[in-house]
Amino acid sequence: MTYTKRIDGRKFDELREIKAKVGIISRADGSAMFQIGKTIAIAAVYGPRNLFPKFLQNFEQGILRCNYNMMSFSGSGERVKPGPSRRSREISYITENALLPSLDLKDYPSSVVDVYIELLQTDAGTRCAGITAAALALADAGFPMRDLVAAVSIGKIEDKIIVDVNKEEEDYEGGMADIPIAVLPRTGEITLLQMDGFLTREELKEVLNIARKACMQIYNIQREALRERYKNGLS
Amino acid sequence: MGEIKVKDKNIVVPGEVLAVGMDYLPAGGAFRDDDEIIASQVGIVSISGRLIKLVPLNSKYTPKRGDKVIGKITDVSANAWFVDIGYYTEAAITLVEGSNEYIPRGADLTQYYAPGDYVIGTVTGVSRSNVSLTLKGPGLKKLGEGRIIYVNSAKVPRIIGKEGSMISMIKNMTDCRIIVGQNGMIWLLGADPEKEKLAYDAVKLIDERAHTQGLTDEIKKFLEEKIGGKK
Amino acid sequence: MGLVENHVAQLIQKGIRFDGRKFDEFRRISVEYSISVKSAEGSARLKIGETEVAAGIKFATGSPFPDTPDEGALVVNVELLPLSSPDFEPGPPGIRSIEYARAVVDRGLRESKAIDLKKLCIKKGEKIWMVMIDVYSLNDAGNLADAIGLAALAAIKDAKFPKYDEKNDLIDYTDRTKKGIELKHLPVSVTVIKIRDKFLVDPTLEEENAMEARLTVTSVEDGRICAMQKGGHATLGFEDIDKMIEIGIEKARELRKFLK
Repeated sequence: MTYTKRIDGRKFDELREIKAKVGIISRADGSAMFQIGKTIAIAAVYGPRNLFPKFLQNFEQGILRCNYNMMSFSGSGERVKPGPSRRSREISYITENALLPSLDLKDYPSSVVDVYIELLQTDAGTRCAGITAAALALADAGFPMRDLVAAVSIGKIEDKIIVDVNKEEEDYEGGMADIPIAVLPRTGEITLLQMDGFLTREELKEVLNIARKACMQIYNIQREALRERYKNGLS
Repeated sequence: MGEIKVKDKNIVVPGEVLAVGMDYLPAGGAFRDDDEIIASQVGIVSISGRLIKLVPLNSKYTPKRGDKVIGKITDVSANAWFVDIGYYTEAAITLVEGSNEYIPRGADLTQYYAPGDYVIGTVTGVSRSNVSLTLKGPGLKKLGEGRIIYVNSAKVPRIIGKEGSMISMIKNMTDCRIIVGQNGMIWLLGADPEKEKLAYDAVKLIDERAHTQGLTDEIKKFLEEKIGGKK
Repeated sequence: MGLVENHVAQLIQKGIRFDGRKFDEFRRISVEYSISVKSAEGSARLKIGETEVAAGIKFATGSPFPDTPDEGALVVNVELLPLSSPDFEPGPPGIRSIEYARAVVDRGLRESKAIDLKKLCIKKGEKIWMVMIDVYSLNDAGNLADAIGLAALAAIKDAKFPKYDEKNDLIDYTDRTKKGIELKHLPVSVTVIKIRDKFLVDPTLEEENAMEARLTVTSVEDGRICAMQKGGHATLGFEDIDKMIEIGIEKARELRKFLK
């Protein structure tokens, strides 16, 4: 057992430093920046608005369309070729599923709510940062939501469960389990759960408990960011 | 007995528990989940007795019958105009509702209003996929030259003020014509371009500070200082 | 011309802009360097008023073009993100993005010879450095062109070469040298627009919509022009162009100070 101390010195249940701000894109209906450690995500919401082509429309309710993208210079090695990749399409899809349970789009039939997420810099936890920023942007836009959505990447190195994995930990030589999780903070209901690696059922229970606590911390920061906009009366 | 978890005038966010207990009633953007009253939007809590109301600070405009709204003509067909009123679906003005004057069938509707024009109309009907608008009525018309200001529809009541007090004050002090649409689109034209900018600044200030107290006095002071400074 | 555009034009004729600025006045400009320092070898975030863009530099090595065996390469990519405006759609760069990349950034850098491409040569005929500049719009409140031009320059200024193992042709992106990209000039682009017969700089969205013609002028420190691009549907006379160039060069001098 060699992983007794985290590479960056954090406690096992400690999140990296977080900065969050809403209302940063004046053209958008809602927007937010969410930075956790060195991962920086920006999200903007446009809608509800007309959806074309028509065959995509859902007569019963509006659809949520998420578009996740990494800026070419935001990766950790070479320049990333611009344009969607299979990974970014997968992340766009799971982001939609992570956010939908918090929204009720029945009031906007046949329309679309577009959420755009861009990563300016990445250090693991990108999909979670994107989801958290997107939830902030949706709240900023005034969409009625059952709850915000907070997401965090939980990892397991050897027998240690760690909160908010960074890139070094993600690439850890001994191997690790990577578990991105998103929750509705008030009830702890899970809207995103993915896993790479090996876990026992007991470990998973522990992971979910730890994730809920970490997401509650993130929720408090999201809350402050939303309130901050109105505290001084300045956008 | 339950418990109210927040104070009157607190700013709350979605998911926040406002009160616990079956004695309380949710209103506005607050909803009940089991025995808890929860906020569904970013907004201000307003508590009166057992009523826990959430006034959203930002919300999507939802048209209601009778709303006076400003919109931009986006399309014209043989017998209707289509208007963007900031709602997810466009509003339609049928030929018959286009004007107080008679418009004959077969007329070229673009002669009356063309794409790009702004109009002020009244909402006559709202269904799931349609909003109908009329331009028949006092004060309803195509708008002439001026500025269009966009504010969130949630701020419109503050911009208008109690019985129109706020908007009247701005109009009088800046000598401007201002028409406020319920949908958050505002038309502005000043006799004097500098005073027009002042009116614009005042509206923008209300937009930012809609949630604060004493706003009417604050705006009055703001305008007095700016106008006074010019003399 | 729509209602708002008409009004903009009327006030401009009276010498007044909607936001009270002077015709030759830029909105507040702010630059933040190294915004993506962990990932990008150079980066910057730049705001003009509420308009905001982000730019980043990535290095790579490659083979030179056969006709320039001792010159490195500059690759410029501009994307108008749907994040930044309801008018932009997702997908590959449209004509506007391409125009900004080519006319605003690339041409200015290339024609001014701001970067000595020979200094980007590692081994003649075999290996050269490729400097890849990506600029993204974050919020479109008018005048993206100038913001993009400035952000690209700021990112280049911020850039440091990564550690490079020449023998094995391996770049260590986690380790940076102290060596930056030498900029012999700062070619700054300024877009001047014409409304009625008045000239303005740094247009807001409403002013862009009311614009009849525009001229983007890219100049270097001594006032020489290294690139120009005319846009808009109206024509420009010689005197117009001369005046717009004068304004463009003068404003470029002011803007250059923000990059120091």
